[in-house]
Amino acid sequence: MKFNPDKNGYYGQFGGSFIPELLYPNAKELEDNYIRIIESEAFQKEYKALLKDYVGRPSPLYLAKRLSEKYGANIYLKREDLNHTGAHKVNNTIGQILIARELGKTQIIAETGAGQHGVATATVCALMGLECTVFMGEKDIERQAPNVARMKMLGAKVVPATSGSKTLKDATNEAIRYWIQNPEAYYLIGSVVGMHPYPDMVTRLQAIISEEMKWQLKEHTGKENPDTIIACVGGGSNAAGAFYHYLEDSAVELIAVEAAGLGVDSGESAATSQLGEVGVIHGSKTILMQDEYGQIVEPYSISAGLDYPGVGPLHAHLFETKRARFMNATDKEALTAAYELTRLEGIIPALETAHALAVLPKMELKSNQTIIINLSGRGDKDLATFIKHLEE
Amino acid sequence: MIKNKTMNSIQQIFQKNDKNLLSIFFTAGFPKLDATKAIIEGLGENGVDFIEVGLPYSDPLADGPTIQHSSSVALRNGMNLDVVFNQLQEIKDTNTTPLVLMGYVNQIIKYGEDAFCEKVVACGIDTIIIPDLPMVEYENHYQTLFKKYGITNVFLITPQTSEDRIRKIDSLTEGFIYMVASSSITGAKGEISTQQIDYFERIKAMNLQSKLIIGFGISDNETFTKACEYGNGAIIGSAFIKSLDKNGIEGIGDFVKSIVS
Repeated sequence: MKFNPDKNGYYGQFGGSFIPELLYPNAKELEDNYIRIIESEAFQKEYKALLKDYVGRPSPLYLAKRLSEKYGANIYLKREDLNHTGAHKVNNTIGQILIARELGKTQIIAETGAGQHGVATATVCALMGLECTVFMGEKDIERQAPNVARMKMLGAKVVPATSGSKTLKDATNEAIRYWIQNPEAYYLIGSVVGMHPYPDMVTRLQAIISEEMKWQLKEHTGKENPDTIIACVGGGSNAAGAFYHYLEDSAVELIAVEAAGLGVDSGESAATSQLGEVGVIHGSKTILMQDEYGQIVEPYSISAGLDYPGVGPLHAHLFETKRARFMNATDKEALTAAYELTRLEGIIPALETAHALAVLPKMELKSNQTIIINLSGRGDKDLATFIKHLEE
Repeated sequence: MIKNKTMNSIQQIFQKNDKNLLSIFFTAGFPKLDATKAIIEGLGENGVDFIEVGLPYSDPLADGPTIQHSSSVALRNGMNLDVVFNQLQEIKDTNTTPLVLMGYVNQIIKYGEDAFCEKVVACGIDTIIIPDLPMVEYENHYQTLFKKYGITNVFLITPQTSEDRIRKIDSLTEGFIYMVASSSITGAKGEISTQQIDYFERIKAMNLQSKLIIGFGISDNETFTKACEYGNGAIIGSAFIKSLDKNGIEGIGDFVKSIVS
């Protein structure tokens, strides 16, 4: 089975580039250049140097002993939370800012949900001295105040998206509309979503996660492959990165965890694979949550980063071909898992990441099973939510 | 005139007259769920050459705030594809102004591609505009589907579209190319810049076989007249939605007069 897209950006039946004609030259310019740039020696040298000295990679692969003891398996945490800016998002923004610079772009736009991608974009824009505008749902601006403050301090302009559900989907719509009107800007997408070539480009830039996992796990155990990899999925960039170098090795079980919100069938959920059908969102054919007339449904999750009605086309393909197993966790299960990791290991995970941890009690684990959980981000930004639920 | 069966409804208009054509866009279900019939009749009576019926969509990427707002209102009013198809079927035999449907590709996929086309045909419509359907997807899939139902797809070109691509779009076009007046979403700006004139002249000089209808940013007599110097006509959307919002269906006559006077 192959997991790279074809020339039109399709993974099986998913992907492609359903965009207004106005965006065609922009997408085409990127499509014609991204692989050449990423594979060039100059890019690789600078990208790897920045990941090492600026981001702090490689991120550790940590054997979580007390967590392992509790669940009776060998559980490793890939510590993306220790990256500069606090999540895996920066792997992608470092790469794309170098691509944008190579293409001669000076104005950067981005969308953000939880604010992690917005912060990671504002950070690399400050680093490169480029102008940065971040679109963020009005509702997310309220629930992720610390990240809004960080973006502003970094010099970014934060534009509230006031249309639709006022969350990530609408921030993405607004970013695309702005791009249509300002085609000279570079759109730095934060996940493996959107029109071709973004899903593939972001996957390649996040693939550093599984590239490191291979040699790190070998150092720990003598083997490159774990039995299972678990990652949370909103759009799916951390999961794409954590899965990438294991995709063709079918012995490695891949688990994608979606946000079930108040419960998959509660009407307040973001479990796209369970509730969605084939459709087009943000330029990509994928699985998305929609009503019987194709109107996109407003998702719900306590976690702003998983509150997205679609998944990246690679994940839709992994779901359809059953290469990955799709599980989900509710708000409550995620909160419980976040407290558990904090008390057992002294690590406060992001609410998004907590969903990946929350499936451990639902799995039948073997004592010799080796599991890597991609600890995609840290929970500083979610303290207000955590504290509120501590009091409850 | 002998009616040529190979011509679509819009081509038949062009055969009668290909200058200063006025097309008006409205969002089905706005301002009221049942306004469709009255709006189409009002526009027809006032001499509008063809009408674009917008299928309201939750996430209209190519649309500015005015049409976005009208779509939200329409959806809240209960508009959906079945309702609009029923409304259009009911007026099929009395309406004499050609209609063009405008919607987003996800609506077609979800409704079922064949089911959608069958309904379009049943409404007596043969021309559609899907702003997020790119040429490559059209050629790989939708061209065959639409041909089967005798449906014509309208392509958009923009100031950024390359000459090669315009030539290719021209060769795929039966009828007219929707010429987007500027790098914008719908409803932008109020006047036509010299940069836009350069673009209009560049396209005019290409001597395309397709007719050119200019849209996006056309809002009044001045911009309409200017657009018609370079194209065969122009489309007005957001300005009409604003007029509907302010003056209702009774204001249609005055609105059209303000454009063509």
